[in-house]
Amino acid sequence: MGNLSDFERSRIPSSHLRQQIDTAGKADVDIKINGKELTVPYGTTILNAARMVGLKIPTLCNHDDLCVVGVCRLCLVEVEGQKNLQASCAFPITESINIKTHTPSVRKARRHVLDLMLRNHYGECYSCRRNHKCQLQDRAKEHGVDFFRFGHITEKRFEEDLSSYAVVRDPDKCILCYRCVRTCIDLQEVGVLEFINRGFETQVSTFMDKPLADVICVNCGQCINRCPTGALRANDPSDAVWEAIEDPKKHVIMQTAPAPRACIGEEFGLEAGTSLTKELNTAIRMVGFDRVFDTNFAADLTIMEEGTELLTRLKDALVEKKDVALPMITSCSPGWVKYCEHFFPDQLDHLSTCKSPQQMFGAVLKTYYAEKVGIDPADIVTVALMPCSAKKFECNRPEMQDSGFKDVDYGLTTREMAQMIKECGINLPDLDKEDFDHPLGLGSGAGLIFGATGGVMEAAIRTAYELVTGREVPFEGLNITPVRGMEGIREASVLIEKPVEDWKFLDGVELKVAVAHGTANAKKIMEKVQKGEADYHFIEIMACPGGCLGGGGAPIPTNDETRRKRAEALYNEDAGLAVRKSHENAEIAQIYEEFLGEPLGEKSHHLLHTHYMPRGKRIGD
Amino acid sequence: MTDRKGPIIFRPYTAFSGMRKAFEMGNANVLKSVDEAGLRGRGGAGFPVAMKWKFALADIKEDHTGYSEERFIVCNADEGEPGTFKDRVLLEEYFELLLEGMIIAGYTIRASTGLIYLRGEYAFMWDRIKKIIIRWREEGKLGENLDGKGFNFDIHIRMGAGAYVCGEETALIESMEGYRGEPRNRPPFPVNAGFNNRPTVVNNVETLCLLPHIMNDGAEWFKKIGTAESAGSKLLSVSGDCGKPGVYEVPYGTTVQEVLELTGAVGVKAVQVGGASGVCLNDHEFNRRICFEDVSTGGSIIIFNTTRSMRDVLVNFLGFFMEESCGQCTPCRYGTECLLDGVLQLSRGEVNGEYLAELVGLAETMTIASKCGLGQSVANPFHSIIEKFRGEVIHG
Repeated sequence: MGNLSDFERSRIPSSHLRQQIDTAGKADVDIKINGKELTVPYGTTILNAARMVGLKIPTLCNHDDLCVVGVCRLCLVEVEGQKNLQASCAFPITESINIKTHTPSVRKARRHVLDLMLRNHYGECYSCRRNHKCQLQDRAKEHGVDFFRFGHITEKRFEEDLSSYAVVRDPDKCILCYRCVRTCIDLQEVGVLEFINRGFETQVSTFMDKPLADVICVNCGQCINRCPTGALRANDPSDAVWEAIEDPKKHVIMQTAPAPRACIGEEFGLEAGTSLTKELNTAIRMVGFDRVFDTNFAADLTIMEEGTELLTRLKDALVEKKDVALPMITSCSPGWVKYCEHFFPDQLDHLSTCKSPQQMFGAVLKTYYAEKVGIDPADIVTVALMPCSAKKFECNRPEMQDSGFKDVDYGLTTREMAQMIKECGINLPDLDKEDFDHPLGLGSGAGLIFGATGGVMEAAIRTAYELVTGREVPFEGLNITPVRGMEGIREASVLIEKPVEDWKFLDGVELKVAVAHGTANAKKIMEKVQKGEADYHFIEIMACPGGCLGGGGAPIPTNDETRRKRAEALYNEDAGLAVRKSHENAEIAQIYEEFLGEPLGEKSHHLLHTHYMPRGKRIGD
Repeated sequence: MTDRKGPIIFRPYTAFSGMRKAFEMGNANVLKSVDEAGLRGRGGAGFPVAMKWKFALADIKEDHTGYSEERFIVCNADEGEPGTFKDRVLLEEYFELLLEGMIIAGYTIRASTGLIYLRGEYAFMWDRIKKIIIRWREEGKLGENLDGKGFNFDIHIRMGAGAYVCGEETALIESMEGYRGEPRNRPPFPVNAGFNNRPTVVNNVETLCLLPHIMNDGAEWFKKIGTAESAGSKLLSVSGDCGKPGVYEVPYGTTVQEVLELTGAVGVKAVQVGGASGVCLNDHEFNRRICFEDVSTGGSIIIFNTTRSMRDVLVNFLGFFMEESCGQCTPCRYGTECLLDGVLQLSRGEVNGEYLAELVGLAETMTIASKCGLGQSVANPFHSIIEKFRGEVIHG
């Protein structure tokens, strides 16, 4: 056989990525859209050019986070001189052309595309989780579909895959838009989902058609956020949560993560970036939860533990000259943790041993809190409201039972919580504001910004710098802007000068940190770590683009715009809080005094820290 | 080596003469000659060969000693159209002519690598053709300083795995790169960004086999064969209800009737020209000429006599497309199945002529809305068989 090494090339996950044209040094192009003249940069797609004149060409396979495939054929337009219709998402403008976006043949073709999809789209809208949140439904409505021109499938063709705690696949609702595949392969570089078979038998599947639970899925749920229909959804435990709420013996506690409060409003029709922190507390109580606590408290607890762990590792390395794993890497994101277990199983020493805030909270609730209020932990049900699908897997990890019980019983996504609230007839934005319950309801601004990429790093620096030097971080208004933003990988450094006596060995040390979000960026940074080329001390990694606010449990759509707005909401709320550093959280001081003793102490070690499993890429047994 | 006879390819040829003539002429003159000969692609689409080559040469930077970047000539040997087997004959009996053709093409477009994309079903040829390539390397006719002419060129084989769609040039390139055989969006075109994102020319086996002859005998001679717009000859794979099925080389402009006579076909009801993606002709149309001006074909001619059911023929073709669609774009993936199901429903009397009209409209949409030539040509057999044998399709 011809030798492939003759043409060695860098492996790029999907060939679609490379189908780009060279735009360097090319002049702008004059075009016409529906008779309207405009000038666009060379290489602009027709779809984007149309947006410039306020035209929304209908799309399904196109997603602004993903590369172009041009397969749904809904965005077809007429280009003068071209025999066939052109997919506007995939057509780069390189010469002066005349485009018409809704001629009779365009409208007929789009209707036919929808008719064909609906012919093969099993089920009815009213029995679908994505009812009113479905782009296929939207497109059908926009195009006046009022009957099934080519019929409608009446029997299921596929089985649902319910194996995963995090992600449920329902191939009968799949329209094969390639979004989940591009998300998994290109955006996240995990590569669990791919097309199999051919022609009418084509479907999205996993390696050897294994259930999702048996492949190297990291549960990030980014595929869910990008699925235009109900073919992918999170594994929803709300029935079990309802049951617990209705059980008079059960003391049902909700902990709410930072990101959901900044985006749940979107589920109620509000603009992205509208925080509803206190309204959400009210709603959670109205739904029937007995207590509502703030995961930010546990985030602050994480900072105390993780910050101390980092300083200890630094001391071990610099003073004791011990062989410790540096850089240390955050472990808050369960998607990232599982990614690391699969893809970098030999690098697990770098992960902080700290549990995520969700799991720390669960362990504390069923020990410290149970004791304090005198409730049998067996009767406590802890539910975590998270922007995340991986949290559902995390709370079901067998090792997460350090309280003697399942530390966190259920993980609910923002979308599922919104559903529960709506089911009660509650319009969240209308509600009065209520505070969290105490003693575990106080969270600092540092805990709050955990919801955005870079937030954990910022929170850690605010505390660690002050512990070491006795002074506040040298950033205006405590805002450590170099670690903020949406750049895939960000680096920063802080020079430590005149530390207090205990940390003298850090004098003059430039603390180097990095932040990465999205597992594709994690991969880049981990390859450096693996080769020993990463000279950072501390790295924050989040599995999802944008961090938690872009999580697989966040409202749909999640895109560049919503991610930025949600981040803004978190940072604004942080700026307005009285307590903005984890170590200044009075309830944190209280729990160490009353229960835990000290960070990394024996109780902490038992309840708040964990270990990891080098899973590798071996599949099945 | 063979007793085949024909106006160009199937006529005697002195080994290496065309290749050496090309080196004598220099690449600019080869291009000019192919341009003047009016050579069009033999795979079916009939794109002017010289124009394709010029596109691939567009980025050559003159200030460089040679060419600006690596580029490829690919031989499309993924002969998958139902009813075509003429490339098989060329690969089995004229393989060295093909190698010469690839060298000439590679020399002209300044490629240093030629790739033969061999149909999965032709894996049995592997050993034999690989041996020939190795022998050519040993003889200095492939590799560095080829034939002492200062030109470096080698040829490798890439195997297909049996997907019809991989005959589409961008799907073929995807397949060669190791991906699912799915057609790409265009632009960019392979001539600008093809294999490994490099300029790539994909030519059919037959097209490449014509080159040495054009080199030897010139553009004027070539143009005298065939018609005004269709210079040269065409290899036809004739199958179905005839006495002498096989591969024939005929000048362009030959009528379907002449082909029927040549192959001893009698009692013919219909002829499918161009395979599953071609058109169906009824007995009033046998005077039509095989050429780009009239009815064009990549080579497949399937003859049906009066005992055949044209509904069965249509069902067979639609089933073929349903299976062979790559599955990525909606009109083709679902449309093929919908047309097939519709025809079956029609024949069972479950739907009426009104629904048939919907299906005809759907096929029109597939032509203009599908991503690649596969989905775009489903309407060819569908429309022509429905139009000409409507009663038979509905009533059996």
